[in-house]
Amino acid sequence: MNSFPLLSILTLIPLLGGGAALLSPTAKLARRIGLAASLLALGVAALLWAAFDPGQTGWQFAESLPWVPSPGNGYQGIEYHLGIDGLGLLLVGLSALLVPFAMLASWKIEQNAKLYFALILFLETGLFGTFTALNFFHWFIYWELGLIPAYFLIKMWGGPRRTRAANQFFIYTLAGSVAMLLGFLAIFAATGVFDFEKLAELARNGELQDKLAKLGGAFFHSKETLTWLVFAGVFLGFAVKAPLMPFHTWLPSAYAEAPTGTAMLLTGAMSKMGVYGFLRILLPLFPAQMRAMQTPLLILAVVTIVFSAAAALAQRDLKRMVAYSSINHVGYCLLGIFAVVQLSGDAAGSATDKAAALNGVMLQMFNHGLTASALFYFVGLIEERSGGLRGLDDFGGLCKAAPVFCGLMGITLFASLGLPGLNGFVSEFLIFKGTLPLAGWAAAISTLGLLITAIFLLTILQRVFNGPLQNRWAGWKDLTKGEKLTLAPVIALIFVLGICPQILISVANPAALAMLKLF
Amino acid sequence: MLAWTIYISFLGAAALALLPPESRRAARITALLTALAGLALALGGAAQYEAHTPAGGLVDLVNMPWITELGINFHLGADGVSVTLVLLTGIAAVAGVLFSWNIERRTREFFALYLALIAGVYGVFLSFDLFLLFVFYEIAIIPKYFLIAVWGSTRREYGAMKLALYSLAGSAMVLVGLIAAYVVSGAHSFDLVVLAKQSYPVAFQHWAFLLVFVGFAVLAGLWPFHTWAPTGHVAAPTAASMLLAGVVMKLGAYGALRVAMTLFPEGLRFWQNGIALLAVIGIVYGGSVALVQRDLKFVIGYSSVSHMGFVLLGLMTLTQIGLSGAVLQMFSHGIIAGLLFAVVGRMIYDRTHTRELSELQPMNLSVLAPFAAVTFVIAGAASMGLPGFSGFIAELQVLAGAWGVFPRLTILAGVGVVVGIAFMVRIWIKAFFAENEAKGAAVQIEPITVAEKAGAYLLLGTTVLIGLWPGLLLNLITPTLRSPLFQPLWKGGPP
Amino acid sequence: MSLSLEWMIPLVPEEIVIVTALAALVVDFGMVRRKTPALRAAAVGGTACLGCVAAMIWLALGPEAKGAEMLALTPLTQFLKMALLAMTVVVAVLSFGARFTRHLGEYFALLLIATAGMMLLISSENLLMIFIALEMLSLPLYVLTAFNKTSAASAEGALKYFLFGSVAAAFTLFGISLLYGMTGDLQLGSLAEKIAEKLKTPPLEPVYYAGLVMTLAGFAFKVAAAPFHFWAPDVYEGAPAPIACFIASGSKVASFFVLARIIVEGFGPMHGSAGWEGFEAGWMPVLAVLAVVSMVAGNIAALVQSSVKRLLAYSAIAHAGYALLAFFGNPRQMLPALFFYVITYALTVLGAFAVVAVVENNGGRDRLGDWAGLGRRSPLLAGCMFVFMLSLAGIPPLAGFFGKFYVFTAALGGTTAGGKPDLAMLWLVIIAVAASAISLYYYLQVLKQIYTAEVPADSKPFCPPYAALLSIALLAGLVIALGCAPGWLLGKLPFVLNSTAIRL
Repeated sequence: MNSFPLLSILTLIPLLGGGAALLSPTAKLARRIGLAASLLALGVAALLWAAFDPGQTGWQFAESLPWVPSPGNGYQGIEYHLGIDGLGLLLVGLSALLVPFAMLASWKIEQNAKLYFALILFLETGLFGTFTALNFFHWFIYWELGLIPAYFLIKMWGGPRRTRAANQFFIYTLAGSVAMLLGFLAIFAATGVFDFEKLAELARNGELQDKLAKLGGAFFHSKETLTWLVFAGVFLGFAVKAPLMPFHTWLPSAYAEAPTGTAMLLTGAMSKMGVYGFLRILLPLFPAQMRAMQTPLLILAVVTIVFSAAAALAQRDLKRMVAYSSINHVGYCLLGIFAVVQLSGDAAGSATDKAAALNGVMLQMFNHGLTASALFYFVGLIEERSGGLRGLDDFGGLCKAAPVFCGLMGITLFASLGLPGLNGFVSEFLIFKGTLPLAGWAAAISTLGLLITAIFLLTILQRVFNGPLQNRWAGWKDLTKGEKLTLAPVIALIFVLGICPQILISVANPAALAMLKLF
Repeated sequence: MLAWTIYISFLGAAALALLPPESRRAARITALLTALAGLALALGGAAQYEAHTPAGGLVDLVNMPWITELGINFHLGADGVSVTLVLLTGIAAVAGVLFSWNIERRTREFFALYLALIAGVYGVFLSFDLFLLFVFYEIAIIPKYFLIAVWGSTRREYGAMKLALYSLAGSAMVLVGLIAAYVVSGAHSFDLVVLAKQSYPVAFQHWAFLLVFVGFAVLAGLWPFHTWAPTGHVAAPTAASMLLAGVVMKLGAYGALRVAMTLFPEGLRFWQNGIALLAVIGIVYGGSVALVQRDLKFVIGYSSVSHMGFVLLGLMTLTQIGLSGAVLQMFSHGIIAGLLFAVVGRMIYDRTHTRELSELQPMNLSVLAPFAAVTFVIAGAASMGLPGFSGFIAELQVLAGAWGVFPRLTILAGVGVVVGIAFMVRIWIKAFFAENEAKGAAVQIEPITVAEKAGAYLLLGTTVLIGLWPGLLLNLITPTLRSPLFQPLWKGGPP
Repeated sequence: MSLSLEWMIPLVPEEIVIVTALAALVVDFGMVRRKTPALRAAAVGGTACLGCVAAMIWLALGPEAKGAEMLALTPLTQFLKMALLAMTVVVAVLSFGARFTRHLGEYFALLLIATAGMMLLISSENLLMIFIALEMLSLPLYVLTAFNKTSAASAEGALKYFLFGSVAAAFTLFGISLLYGMTGDLQLGSLAEKIAEKLKTPPLEPVYYAGLVMTLAGFAFKVAAAPFHFWAPDVYEGAPAPIACFIASGSKVASFFVLARIIVEGFGPMHGSAGWEGFEAGWMPVLAVLAVVSMVAGNIAALVQSSVKRLLAYSAIAHAGYALLAFFGNPRQMLPALFFYVITYALTVLGAFAVVAVVENNGGRDRLGDWAGLGRRSPLLAGCMFVFMLSLAGIPPLAGFFGKFYVFTAALGGTTAGGKPDLAMLWLVIIAVAASAISLYYYLQVLKQIYTAEVPADSKPFCPPYAALLSIALLAGLVIALGCAPGWLLGKLPFVLNSTAIRL
């Protein structure tokens, strides 16, 4: 039963907008077309949000059309299958919010502006598609569609060492994607199915394992080897994207060299693709493997959290600090996910903890998306006003020259820190609330990360905004009206979501509960 | 309607021969019109075929007695596989003409030979009398030789001769097998359908199959008989490389499928594992050698060997999904290889006069020729087999089919896929996206012409179209694989 | 005693030709002695052509002739005679522009006498008559080869030709006498009967085999099959181009026909077997050996030639090898295949040598380098050479391809006693196909020079005579037509064969 193809329309809008931007005669028109398209998408996303029924379980706005005919031999055909649940809705909403934000941040780009805006829109298509597709075939197309525009965005408009950063980003992500592709090819060979929903079902009643074992047993000694290999491949694809240490090495350079708008999208939305993959694909398909690997995975998550925070502390470049901080915050999401895979306890408490953790994860994705992109925006503004400098030690006392700037950035920094009353607090709280009972040691060590984060974020505040004002920054301009307008929605959301997290939790909780049933 | 593709191409070639020698414009336009006509006929014929034969069997287009003393008929026909490949030829022909728009020297002869080659290729795909098929197969050899020897580049005479002799050697093997089959069957007919119905002694099939298959597979780039391919592709001018890698290599694979596999199923089963092994070696070897090449065109030449390995592997799986993948890969690789050669040969080499990676690296081509860079990236992505492009479904089907039959070989093939990705990324970075910011002097490069853009859009559009709607072709291929002509491949022997 | 002239009627065509030879001499000595060479050539040559055409008309429209004891006249022989006469006409036309000799009367007379010899050769059914006709064909050819007095190669070629030819003729005569001694018969038909009788009580005496081999030696020489081929390259290179044409085409057709006749009609029963599994003595193994050596030696030697004429000579040797393959087929296919092959080969090589003649007459020598850029200088001529070279290489849709195809099919299709095809000659066909594939290399060398090489700066403009150009174009057209629709010629052959008295 196909409902109104709202999701397809949503995905199509940025694609068409991007094409229009490419073909538009002037750069000015291209920017406006781009912004208009992204705002239109935002509108549709809002419509989606309004029409979404949190009480209903299962996929909403589902579309399912036959596409590639079955080639026989027991292999199923491929269907065009879309659907959205709470998780998807959250991420679609996040992407829809961030893209106009990023576009406004990139308004001043002169060189090849048409292409820039078109690429951002293609990126948005990729994001929407990834979060709504339910069949691997077109899901992977959208996944890759996110990769190529990002590469060009970094390569063509980035900082001084952009080529190396872009190439590294590309190769790493591609390698991960290829591993994932190979894994899914194996799954297809074993089961003949590409559909996520059907695969989750097969995993639930054990058929997926059996079929993979049968296939693997054909030429490996142990029947389990193939399943582990496939798991490793799919895991790698997401671990590189999220990223999870030690697969993160592409990130700092890529984020540092990317132009502001791109960095905002990279940290805000694209890193969430990785986490989404863990939740939507890896967990339902391979719960047993996740359980078996739980301790190593938790260790990795903890390492990610602590080391990235420490690395951020050691940085002298503001942009790199925020980049490492990004890794840190996504690390919390992963911590929550890995903690949750424990054998489903019968105790009601255990279920509540898991639900809390998952809720926290989803909220953290949304919140971090907002705050991190806002932080990059601010760093971009700093870089612009200082003529290219963004070292920690280059500034001081900016509060005197630009109080509003300081204030808003301060709010964002505190949100990132997890100050109660701002949005970051709720999500981090929920994650720790859920993780502590489930994996106490991990949660305990991770609080170190919280501590270190607090230190370096406060350091930024102190070094950049407080202290004596240097002479060269005497003429530091405060936020213009346009910039204030750009920031307004985000700051507002930071407050609103901090005080009223119900808005998100009402959507996330049913999704979390449904996910828990999957394993 | 499909048979007219052959006639019109020959007519076009003849018309070109009659034009005055210095009329370049007229020659180009005539050639383009002929190629477009061929494509239109192919599309029309395909639509007609699909509408009238949902069961996907063989449709006779022309069947006239020719040389009755030997039982040879002028028998043209079409089934789903033929139609798919005819479509490929049509598209590749138009693209080739567009990418050869800039040929200045002896333009008229170039296009005449080109159209003659196209006509021969159409003929092979539509022939259902083995003598006729062989005639068209050999007709294609001589235009190839001259196209390379006169308009080619690196070591063109050597490359042309090597190609011609390898092709002829392969067809010599096929000839012996064909005549032997004719004699042993006692059917006094060279018609494929008639000969396929005969049952041949098993011992005979063992060597006859090998002879005919290897004879055709030489042209398909079966390892280790592939060595003509890199040399020939590099020596050939752009349009010829596009045709060579794109279409002519498919002649070999098609012949192997249509003749060797259909006539001698017992022999096929005997040699199945051996040939599958060779195919996979080709996949991995081709990719690995491509990884270390210094000349951009050599990289793509070797990548062609690697991709054709997939076709041959798919054929050897003897499953419907494997064969479907093989035919789809024939189509897909034809388009993609054409695109890759077009970028490297026409867009880059004609302008920079070098194909050495070390020389291209400092040129900052992504800035100088952005259209070429983007086209190459997309073509490379398609070549890697990423979803969204035609290669993905094809390779997926081949691997899926092969997994059930040769699991170990399939893993190797998977390694080949990874190697394919690696060498493509390598040349992306080295040729187009190298880290050379400090180049002050901007080398001037002519802009990409309208003809090149048109050709690029045609090929790109096709690979994306089939990538997103593989059903378009699979609806032709899948029913045909269930038709009577292919039955012996699935069951245990001739019906 | 009444002097009935009925005996002359069957031989009218030959008589016309002989009379024409004499007429040519008369015209030359009597009428046009003092005129310009061009006019002389036109006059004398014209006479020769007229005579040939008259003979052809008689053959086509004249009364049906009946054979006599030594003379076999069947529709096949009449058809072949017409073909031979046509080839002679072409050679005569090519000689119009010849500047290598002043003795035009003798030239054309000798040519016509050789033609008469050919015609007699294919009509004879008696071994002795065959021998006489063979000499009647060969002796004028020896002289004609030497006709270019300004060229040492011409004299050398002629001498070699003569010496080889004489030795080969001696062998043949010896073989014939052996056979006569054993069977007391010279008539082909009864020879076969006697051999069949003797074969009923095997083994056959070795003398028969000796006689067989020796007789075949002479014809192998004529056909230029290895190892009796050593005269061919020098003769083809040294002889004046029209004569080389003649030797390569008409003479070869006649010789093959007579070889076929002798083997099928005369030695039929002692065929033996050359199958891979069972070698038995007979003419089959002999021919197999001849074929293999010809194909291999001819092709390999041709690979390294830089003179077009020598290249064509070695290719002729190889083609003789391919043609010999036809003998291994079953009777229904053997003769049509052989004749189709030989006739189309003769037409092709006639055309090729004609092109060589024209190029030579226009100032070039016959080195490969002199052909450079011919494609631009004379497109029509180059196009015809393209057709001829590819037909020789066996590329469809030209006549040479189908000829080879038919011959190979016939060879593979030979049956054993049980009637089932056993592919016994597969080994021979494989060698033949491989050799044929290799041959493309040297044919492409010529075409490469013609089409890819640049025109040398000092080349003179090309003005070939129209008559020659016309005949070359006609031949090229015939080659293409016979390639696309071989059924026309094939259709004629069985019909013609059905009425011969060939028995096996």
